[in-house]
Amino acid sequence: MAIDAQVNGKSFSIEADPDTPLLWVIREELGLTGTKFGCGIGACGACSVHIDGEIARSCRIPVGSVAGKTITTIEGIAASDGTLHPVQRAWIDAQVPQCGYCQSGQIMAAVALIAKTGRPSPASVDRAMTNICRCGTYPRIRKAILAATGQAAAAARGDS
Amino acid sequence: MGVKRRAFLIGGAALIGGGLFAVSWSETAATRRAAKLVGKNKAGVFLTWIRIGEDDTVTIFSPHVDIGQGSLTGLAQMAADELDADWTKIVLESAPVNDAFANAPLAKGFGGELLPFSIPPFLKGIAGSTFAMMARNIPLQVTGGSSSVRATGQLGMRVAGAAARRALIAAAARRLSVPEVELHTASSKVIHAKSGRSLRYGELAAEAADMTLLAAPRLKDAKDYRLIGKPIPRLDIPAKVDGSARYGMDVLLPDLRVATIMAAPVRGGKLESVDPAPAMAIKGVEKVVKLDNAVAVVAKGYWQALTGLRALSPKFSDGGHGALSSTSISAAQADKIKADKPDNKSGHGDVPAALASSGVKLVEADYAVPFIHHAMMEPFALTAHFKDGKLELWGGVQDPLHSRKAAAEAADISTDHVTFHPMIMGGAFGRRLPGYCEIIGQVVQIAKQTPYPIKLVWSREEEVQHGTYRPQASAHLKAALDKHGRIAGWTTDYAQSADATRETRFIYDIPAFALRHYEFATNQHDGAWRSVNSNQNGFYSESFMDELAHAAGEDPYQFRRKHLRPGSRHMAVLDDVAKRSGWGAPLAAGHGRGMAMVESFNTIVAHVIEASVGDDGRPRAHKVWSSVDCGLVVNPDGAAAQIMGGIIMALSSCVDEAITLDKGAVMQSNFHDYPLLRLAEAPDVDVHFLESDASMGGLGEPGVPPTAPALANAIFAATGKRIRQLPFRNQANSLKPVNVAAPIATSTSAKTPKPGFEPRALGPLEARTTA
Repeated sequence: MAIDAQVNGKSFSIEADPDTPLLWVIREELGLTGTKFGCGIGACGACSVHIDGEIARSCRIPVGSVAGKTITTIEGIAASDGTLHPVQRAWIDAQVPQCGYCQSGQIMAAVALIAKTGRPSPASVDRAMTNICRCGTYPRIRKAILAATGQAAAAARGDS
Repeated sequence: MGVKRRAFLIGGAALIGGGLFAVSWSETAATRRAAKLVGKNKAGVFLTWIRIGEDDTVTIFSPHVDIGQGSLTGLAQMAADELDADWTKIVLESAPVNDAFANAPLAKGFGGELLPFSIPPFLKGIAGSTFAMMARNIPLQVTGGSSSVRATGQLGMRVAGAAARRALIAAAARRLSVPEVELHTASSKVIHAKSGRSLRYGELAAEAADMTLLAAPRLKDAKDYRLIGKPIPRLDIPAKVDGSARYGMDVLLPDLRVATIMAAPVRGGKLESVDPAPAMAIKGVEKVVKLDNAVAVVAKGYWQALTGLRALSPKFSDGGHGALSSTSISAAQADKIKADKPDNKSGHGDVPAALASSGVKLVEADYAVPFIHHAMMEPFALTAHFKDGKLELWGGVQDPLHSRKAAAEAADISTDHVTFHPMIMGGAFGRRLPGYCEIIGQVVQIAKQTPYPIKLVWSREEEVQHGTYRPQASAHLKAALDKHGRIAGWTTDYAQSADATRETRFIYDIPAFALRHYEFATNQHDGAWRSVNSNQNGFYSESFMDELAHAAGEDPYQFRRKHLRPGSRHMAVLDDVAKRSGWGAPLAAGHGRGMAMVESFNTIVAHVIEASVGDDGRPRAHKVWSSVDCGLVVNPDGAAAQIMGGIIMALSSCVDEAITLDKGAVMQSNFHDYPLLRLAEAPDVDVHFLESDASMGGLGEPGVPPTAPALANAIFAATGKRIRQLPFRNQANSLKPVNVAAPIATSTSAKTPKPGFEPRALGPLEARTTA
């Protein structure tokens, strides 16, 4: 069946079995491979996207459930002129990524957290950021989120 | 520092023409051997690391792949520094997967001609045990062994950069009709200060590349470094924050089909039968492929393939391993050690005599570690396309050149007919080394049966259950303390698959030491897990060192100092971490400090961890201080990231991770039952590098080994409970603070307490102190 949705500001009519996870439609049908497959059970967060502004793990979202909704992926958070989102900029400044595979999801989670809380406390960063990073970049993720929200002093803690 | 987005072109970059600088290594023994391997290159093996374009763009070809380690930027720094290149015009590309780009300096480094270590165990499977064999037979482009900067960088990139610079000077001297000594270089220009004239590298490149380059040009003194030692931003990072980096999982091609696979749950088992009908009934499924030990489903997309695979009811044999379990392995390993017939021995001094001396205090303890999985975030994915007798592959592996050969063998065609496109990897940690990539044979067999390109994707479940794990291992340690509380003799008996003799450095200065290996194979394909055997051996020896300190009634820091040579690098590293961590200063109630120091991959690392145990019995590391001596540090920011990452990955593994076997099969399947550490539990990490002029050591792995023992020692300091079995979470019940006596100060405890917890999955614990 055809499912209509907005992805990164463009309208799509997607022909897919409604049970297919949104992740595979994004990656294989729309060719947006920045959203990653990590576990398929919603545990790691590599597939994180925004659905109507809310963070969601797309490997567990049937595409049939997003009809009429607005989806944003990692490819859609920079400004239309290509200027990086402040969180992406902070990620570069803090030199966060190592292998980088989880970082699309980490950034999407951070963007959603900041959109919701403005200036998240270190404790709320710990609570909200549950995506897995195997390379062990967590201290720099924490630092980048605090730096991106004008909390440079707190961000200096835990720097390595 | 401004770096263009196109500065990192790993994965999909095409080679174009240009003035290619080739440095001849023909003066070295390594090249003579490697030249035999690629005899068609009549002038010997040329390592073509650097290309300078007419527009001054300097392209560095990396023979290493990006697994997240960041060292490719370090390699470019090394080449560009010696070349005096303008950093803003540097572009990094992966070297073509061709024998001409085999990494002879790396082979030379592994051969121990310049570096004091020999061929790493993970290469033995492909190399035999000697460098000579490796140079003859191995198309080496491997990324592993924490080797890229110290071997390829020091022996390859810097030499190539310096030689190219000298050739550019020679070309400029000819062009300007001035003596070479009147010329200097800066920012990609050769400058004649006397006349005020200068020439861009781009103007000189073609002429310079035709010259015979120096095989051993003089390298810069440390005082002249402009890029080496600077925290230059990594070239690969911009593409990793906007979703544009392409990994093996991300390959999209016209007519691409996706396959997924299920291998025999018991490793060693075979596929006996499978009815393809239930899968073929799923919309989008095109084919069910039977392999010797697995079944695969080919479909339009991954979800359809997975749905098809899940619909199948394949029957597999157990290969005769149906009785194997983690508990049976643990018991058999303990028996093997008790039988006292080691397969490999090394060490010094007369340990039996030391242990039998009168008046000594004997201390013994048993340790055990489980299989652990690499769990890199990107599951395996490899794409293959057969067309007109030729094979093309796309994906991420730690040795593309060797993988190309493996694919040719699996396809039964000449290597010349195989093209391999290396891609960025979403982590590797040893999982994607040569010999561990079963996916190569699988995808080739599937692709042979279809006209389309096939991307074979392993599910997370397949990856967890068919990994190449850090081996399950058991150890018995025994030592004698003399009447002054000094170690008189020490034996480490350990049972596991691989012999770790070559990579184990015993760092303490004691009269007698013996390392004895009891070979113990299982049906599992044991692999190299970040830091390899130094991981578990570091856990045993540094936990035991702590036990000995307490048995001697000494502070663990002071006890270690008394067994190190004054003025040694080890002493400096230990003192540095003690000072920075405030060793001995008061701590919050319930907190304890633990210390450990391990030398691996030619790098000395000491950690102090401050930790406590929660009400749920779960250990929590609050802060880690790490002091590191790896010799020269090329990129301090990238180096710190590697140590930090190693610590966090090691914390995850020692607290939570275990692959266990039952009836020969792996019991875990995904992150719900193989949990990894998350941000909330990640401690602050404070890394400090001690500058030393020692030969360079690695950085990707050496942060790992001291972590588990430092945490175990901290938990002992906090609770009085000694953890000798990993992972910690199996002991959570016993660590609950209900039974906790007053915390023991790190400076005073003289007793080795009896373990206050129940034996768990891996078998009984034992520790006794006899006077």
